[in-house]
Amino acid sequence: MSDRAWDRAIQALAALAVDPGALGGIVLRARVGPVRALIEAALPRLPGPQTRIHPTIDDSALFGGLNVAASLAEGRAVHDPGLAATPARLILPMAERVNGALAARLGQMLDAGTGHSLILFDEGAEPEETVPAALMERLAFFVDLNAVAIGTAQRALPAPGDLDAARALLPTVAVPDEALALMTALAAQFGIASLRAPRFAWAAARAFAALAGRRLVEEADITAAAELVYAHRATQIPEEAPPPEPPQEDDPGAQAAEAGDDDAHQDLFEEQLIEAVRALLPPDLLERLAHGRLTTNARGSGAGDVRRGNRRGRPLPSRPGRLDGRARIDVVATLRAAAPWQKIRRRARDTKARLILYPSDIRLKRFEKKSDRLLVFAVDASGSAAAARLNEAKGAVEMLLAQAYARRDHVAVIGFRGQGAELLLPPTRSLVQAKRRLSALPGGGGTPLAAGLHASLHLADQARGRGLSPALVLLTDGRANVALSGDGGRPAARADAEAIAAGIRAQGLMALVIDTAIRPGEASATLAANLGGQYFALPRADSDAISRAITAALE
Amino acid sequence: MSTPFPFSAIVGQDEMKLAMILTAIDPGLGGVLVFGDRGTGKSTAVRALAALLPPIKAVEGCPVNSASVAEVPDWVSGSGKRLVARPTPVVDLPLGVTEDRVTGALDIERALTQGEKAFQPGLLAQANRGYLYIDEVNLLEDHIVDLLLDVAQSGINAVEREGLSIRHPARFVLVGSGNPEEGELRPQLLDRFGLSVDVRSPDDVETRVEVIRRRAAFETDTEAFLAHWQDEDAKVRRKIVRARKALARLEPSDEILRACASLSLALGSDGLRGELTLLRAGKALAAFRGAKAISMTHLRQVAALAMAHRLRRDPLDEAGSVTRVMRVADDVLG
Repeated sequence: MSDRAWDRAIQALAALAVDPGALGGIVLRARVGPVRALIEAALPRLPGPQTRIHPTIDDSALFGGLNVAASLAEGRAVHDPGLAATPARLILPMAERVNGALAARLGQMLDAGTGHSLILFDEGAEPEETVPAALMERLAFFVDLNAVAIGTAQRALPAPGDLDAARALLPTVAVPDEALALMTALAAQFGIASLRAPRFAWAAARAFAALAGRRLVEEADITAAAELVYAHRATQIPEEAPPPEPPQEDDPGAQAAEAGDDDAHQDLFEEQLIEAVRALLPPDLLERLAHGRLTTNARGSGAGDVRRGNRRGRPLPSRPGRLDGRARIDVVATLRAAAPWQKIRRRARDTKARLILYPSDIRLKRFEKKSDRLLVFAVDASGSAAAARLNEAKGAVEMLLAQAYARRDHVAVIGFRGQGAELLLPPTRSLVQAKRRLSALPGGGGTPLAAGLHASLHLADQARGRGLSPALVLLTDGRANVALSGDGGRPAARADAEAIAAGIRAQGLMALVIDTAIRPGEASATLAANLGGQYFALPRADSDAISRAITAALE
Repeated sequence: MSTPFPFSAIVGQDEMKLAMILTAIDPGLGGVLVFGDRGTGKSTAVRALAALLPPIKAVEGCPVNSASVAEVPDWVSGSGKRLVARPTPVVDLPLGVTEDRVTGALDIERALTQGEKAFQPGLLAQANRGYLYIDEVNLLEDHIVDLLLDVAQSGINAVEREGLSIRHPARFVLVGSGNPEEGELRPQLLDRFGLSVDVRSPDDVETRVEVIRRRAAFETDTEAFLAHWQDEDAKVRRKIVRARKALARLEPSDEILRACASLSLALGSDGLRGELTLLRAGKALAAFRGAKAISMTHLRQVAALAMAHRLRRDPLDEAGSVTRVMRVADDVLG
């Protein structure tokens, strides 16, 4: 499929140039490389102004504001016009670093219909690193270019003249009502709840028709639009035999004569369409659906929410003070403090200097630092644990979740059984989701303790990178019998688990082991010791004790 | 800025539309919280409502939209004496907004250039007598939430910073939207919203097709579409204006007061805020329907709007609280 990804990216970019207002933009998932270079080189060929922005762009650059430096130099207010003032194509590399705040502002800009379009380069390395969902939702297209071979990247963008012609043609392009109904029904079949999706498909189909120089949307346009708009939003795969959706006419009488033929053709086309989109679905969608997980792209908490994690409490008001080399000066606050006195000082000193600062004007930045906490629950759902007290373990986790809610911690749940471990719930604050995923966790199979620990460590590492302080709560009977490779055998499994436990300890990750075995004993206690964490046996540990221990471990 | 989509052309989502109309009739209801998936028309509805509402009369050039010259705060300079009609303000509060921008701060521009200590009004000033819309309210930074809570309750924005000591009226209808899957809202903020609505994407294909059809028509020929819907919009506007006048005449009977109280008790909601809102919402609905008095039917219709988000909530409870409210409402209101 990837050899066509390039073509689709080009197609999408052309459509975006034709109708930027209605389509919003495109997310190109591509890490730096020759293909990425090629597509970036192609961008200037698109007509219209284009600007590069970066994920840490501030409000004044985006929406305009006072240019403090120029104002000081010239002695009068100098305003910078923001990027939002003039419609342009905004190109944003490292889009996976965009935080919720910027996503919200860009979304607001798109919603206001200022005629901007966005081209985001998502350079995420991990599946979890994506563009915030709120922004993704407002952009029509998504193309993953990571697997494109450079040799297949042949197709070029249409000539500027062709794009202009298409743009002129666009207002006259009509979409037949059946086509509209078909696209909407298709979105529903792929489990896409948002109504923005069919709207984008509609606009995209029109743009494709205009590019082909036609005034009527045809099947090829619809297929191309559906491929580009629906594939990454899908949350389910349509049934094998799609129910004959009724794109019914209001007056069946008028068209009764040819209805038979038309219907048959319509059904056939609909099947082709479903096949086309299905072929582009992310390969792991089936697998994720089988595990009851939603696609990370279409739903879920988006990377922005998590990355915002380190809230530092509130930035405290800046305070007068002396620069001692450690403190950071708050320039704006300093200027603010000095500003009202400038006239008087100038007169007093009889100078023309534009800015006179006294040490008493200096304001220092202060922050109240407080990281959000992340509780990683690693739950052993193996046969041995399940037989014993998987349900009790689930109960304990639920209770802990409720306490996490009170403390406004983030939670993540990892389950391990059979061959390996699985991230059931990426870090989130939504407890309803946490509970749902947990109760859906089946029991049975071996105990891949090493895999569970490894997944936890990986998640904790990632969370740390985002400014969260992670802690691990491990619920297991400690009887590892599946090694990291997925093979059985107790000694190998135990060796692997010990090695990773040592690694976790070396990383300084707080850990807590809750023994869920029927007869709590040696295995888990050793594990706790290896982890350098506390040990509790579920039968004896009451909720209060566990909760106290967690709180203590996290403080 | 593009033209907003007409309010009456929004397909379905009747609960959300009703809640918004009620707050337009009685701004004292205390705002609407719309929770639901993306792409269900939340933002569209808010913007459409603002365009639908009758314009307000405000002092020319007044940054806080004062209704009369006497009400213009003393720190305002350069406002006129005349009253001019303005569209009802709708102010977007973006995520990641700074405190300065919300409350207003020292006007650094004037300070730098004229050496004056002047106040630059923020979003709260702009939103006075209008709407403050927060998309993804559940992801809003905590310190901004605290600030909003305080102002929303007192109706006054007090700024004490950088040697400024300023206060100005900030009475607005708070409209928040968000997706519950992405995080919970603090109970303190939840309770501060008068009404709450859960919106869902329509699940039958015909309705969805109709949504897209109208949207397509709107985008292809905006003017014709607006012309087609303007009568409907005008009808709703007239009903809102009439209802605002009728509001003062509606007096709740003892029976209605008792019903509100017992419903609130039966649901075990904290404080009196719930039953007061229930009563006000019922009153606004009666006024909107052109009824002579508030009836049990009115109360039942607004019960879920006013009460669903006030139930003492088990964070792990998945059962819809709307269902709980309706069950109890059926029992109590008979």
